[in-house]
Amino acid sequence: MNSLFNWIDQRTGARKLLHEVLFENVPGGARWRYVWGSTLVFCFTVQVITGLFLWLAYSPGSQTAWESVYFIQHQMTGGWFLRGLHHFTAQAMTVLLLLHLLQVVIDGAYKAPREINYWTGVLLLVLVLSLSLTGYLLPWDQKGFWATRVATNIAAITPVVGPALQQIVVGGADYGHHTLTRFFALHAGIIPGLIIAFIGLHVYLFRKHGLTPKEPRRKRDEPFWPRQVMCDAVACLAVLAVVLTLVLVNHGAPLGAPADASEQFSAARPEWYFLFLFQFLKYFPGGTEVWGAIVIPTVLLLLVGALPLLGRWKFGHRFNLGFLGAMLAGVALLTWLAVAEDRSKPEYVAAVKAADFEAERVLALAAAPSGIPTAGAVTLLRADPLVQGPKLFARNCASCHRYDGHDGLGLQPKDKQSASDLKGFASRPWLEGLLNPATVDSVNYMGGSKHKDGEMVKWVKENVPTFNASSKEQLKQALIALSAEAGLKSQKEADLRDVAIIGVGAKLLVSHDLGCIDCHTVLNKSDGGEAPDLTGFGSRQWLTAFISNPKHESFYGERNDRMPAFGADGRLTETEIGLIADWLRGEWYEPAAGGR
Amino acid sequence: MDPKDSPTQPDRREFITKACALTAGAVAATVPAAAGLFVLLDPLGRKGGGGEPVRVAALEAIPDDGVPRKFSVLATRVDAWNRTPNVPIGAVYLRRAVGGTVQAFNVVCPHAGCFVDYVADAKHYLCPCHNSTFDTEGRIQDPKSPSPRGLDELATEVRDGAVWVKFQNYRAGAKEKLPA
Repeated sequence: MNSLFNWIDQRTGARKLLHEVLFENVPGGARWRYVWGSTLVFCFTVQVITGLFLWLAYSPGSQTAWESVYFIQHQMTGGWFLRGLHHFTAQAMTVLLLLHLLQVVIDGAYKAPREINYWTGVLLLVLVLSLSLTGYLLPWDQKGFWATRVATNIAAITPVVGPALQQIVVGGADYGHHTLTRFFALHAGIIPGLIIAFIGLHVYLFRKHGLTPKEPRRKRDEPFWPRQVMCDAVACLAVLAVVLTLVLVNHGAPLGAPADASEQFSAARPEWYFLFLFQFLKYFPGGTEVWGAIVIPTVLLLLVGALPLLGRWKFGHRFNLGFLGAMLAGVALLTWLAVAEDRSKPEYVAAVKAADFEAERVLALAAAPSGIPTAGAVTLLRADPLVQGPKLFARNCASCHRYDGHDGLGLQPKDKQSASDLKGFASRPWLEGLLNPATVDSVNYMGGSKHKDGEMVKWVKENVPTFNASSKEQLKQALIALSAEAGLKSQKEADLRDVAIIGVGAKLLVSHDLGCIDCHTVLNKSDGGEAPDLTGFGSRQWLTAFISNPKHESFYGERNDRMPAFGADGRLTETEIGLIADWLRGEWYEPAAGGR
Repeated sequence: MDPKDSPTQPDRREFITKACALTAGAVAATVPAAAGLFVLLDPLGRKGGGGEPVRVAALEAIPDDGVPRKFSVLATRVDAWNRTPNVPIGAVYLRRAVGGTVQAFNVVCPHAGCFVDYVADAKHYLCPCHNSTFDTEGRIQDPKSPSPRGLDELATEVRDGAVWVKFQNYRAGAKEKLPA
């Protein structure tokens, strides 16, 4: 063993190198306050290791980035853990950088002859923050997508070079494949390469000038090994413990819904350590953003860089401490203001809730047996009635209709309700309400429209109260038969169970005992009445045809109230109408019980 | 470093310090590396697809003189996170054998996985990579062929005038036919 080591040593000088690494003098003995630099080297090493392994499974492209991250997080063995480690170590690194900077400034380690070393440190700070910024986009989820767009748009307001710079970084006029390939190359190649080079220079200069001891020295000098190494190793372990706790509590790192430039995303915010810049920008009115986004932050950064020069002045060190303290207090205040403002805004809280819902939903869709198509997971959400139905309803229907008393998304529309509430449309309970004299002319049924004074309301109010027990039973059977026409998923079992009742009810629907057929076409039978055709009432075909054109002669014809012909007038596409119909009918993919 | 200042006397306390330093350092370094290795080895736990009968061609499309013809196999392709139904996942040679049965061979050479050609004039399959030859029955024709086994025959079934094949890829380079 020893001879092997000798053989290597003669050829490489490893022994001398190891000695130099381990027996660096620590003036005044090992201390816990000297650990910060080592924890940063440790974090960076963790990022390189976890990053390389993530690289083995990541695919930068608009249709594959989110999908490959989803695969890492939810399908690969231990993928969530690896990703969580990378994500939270990045956050720990930002905090440690700040602590390292504070320690250097408080101990006066930036002063001559260590100025250049200090500057390499400030540069490393900027490079690490750039790593965070570029890494935030790579999962290609809504949050990273929209937050990074803001960042690159801000870059575009840089005087003179801004627009060109933005186009180079984005890889074109708009976000796409080349944005990801560029951000990935920056994140995994260019920036880490620069960081390694600057860490080399930083450590070289640190060794050249030695550690800046905290006076008064409490003990004798001692070598780096073993006591300071022990302090450093324990500190690294403590950092790791914090990171691991965060990884386990959050089960890896968050992953939002896939990026979609056509979907509003009001929950977009940068990472928490950039929130102060985000908040700062709010105070600059249109046309002056360049001050808030570029000029002032750059001046502050230059001032941070100028601390060694300012430190030469008699009161320089105290000024530096004051300046850094004031700046950090400002950053903390702005961060707190940003968080507080968001918390108090119901729109933001609702947007976060909606974002969480879509993030959860896309996981269920991606794990479905049909899997993710090559066009990307974003198409799963675009084609999902549970996600799109409420949005389309809120935009197109909720100015008159309601869904369970709200606009589909849980909010109250500005306009007063003037048409039926469509929650459970065509179901048995919904039809019971329609055929109930007490509710038929309420705003939840026909009370809000001109049909309030129509034949249907009149029939229910005049006839139903006079029904004897047998007629009431007949009405119930007919109602069950009519509701069965819809073929609702929620009533599948009840419809199967009540096959005999439905048979009886169907006969009643077309008989003159109850009189439905006097006005309506029912089950393709007609007595020439002009009321809406109830054949297939509430089915997908019926509902899409109705939404497309309620003025069609098989529906309201000339007697249509204010409802637009969404399909016939080209207001909505066939797909969009289908999504609304499917959502109202409760037709969407649901994972089998026991699955995810 | 001034040697007088540095305590070089190894004592019990120093041993404990050294042990702690090494252990803490080792644990801190092991966690990210182990996490990465787990993910790296993930493919070992994943099985290849195949083995389900797939409709490949109409019986009529296969020449009745025993000459093989190449057909694509369309099925659901599972590629990591993507599932794409009805796309080519491979190809087979189909030929009518004696007794009206249909023989199917995976087009992939069992030697190193190249796509074999059928040479009509020579009445054999020829691998364009290392010159293995197989007769029309799929057996190794020339004993000097580098392929360790004959072409991989796949189970077939004729249903309502159509040929169904249990499509499967096999591990290349092995003497035995082992599913990939």
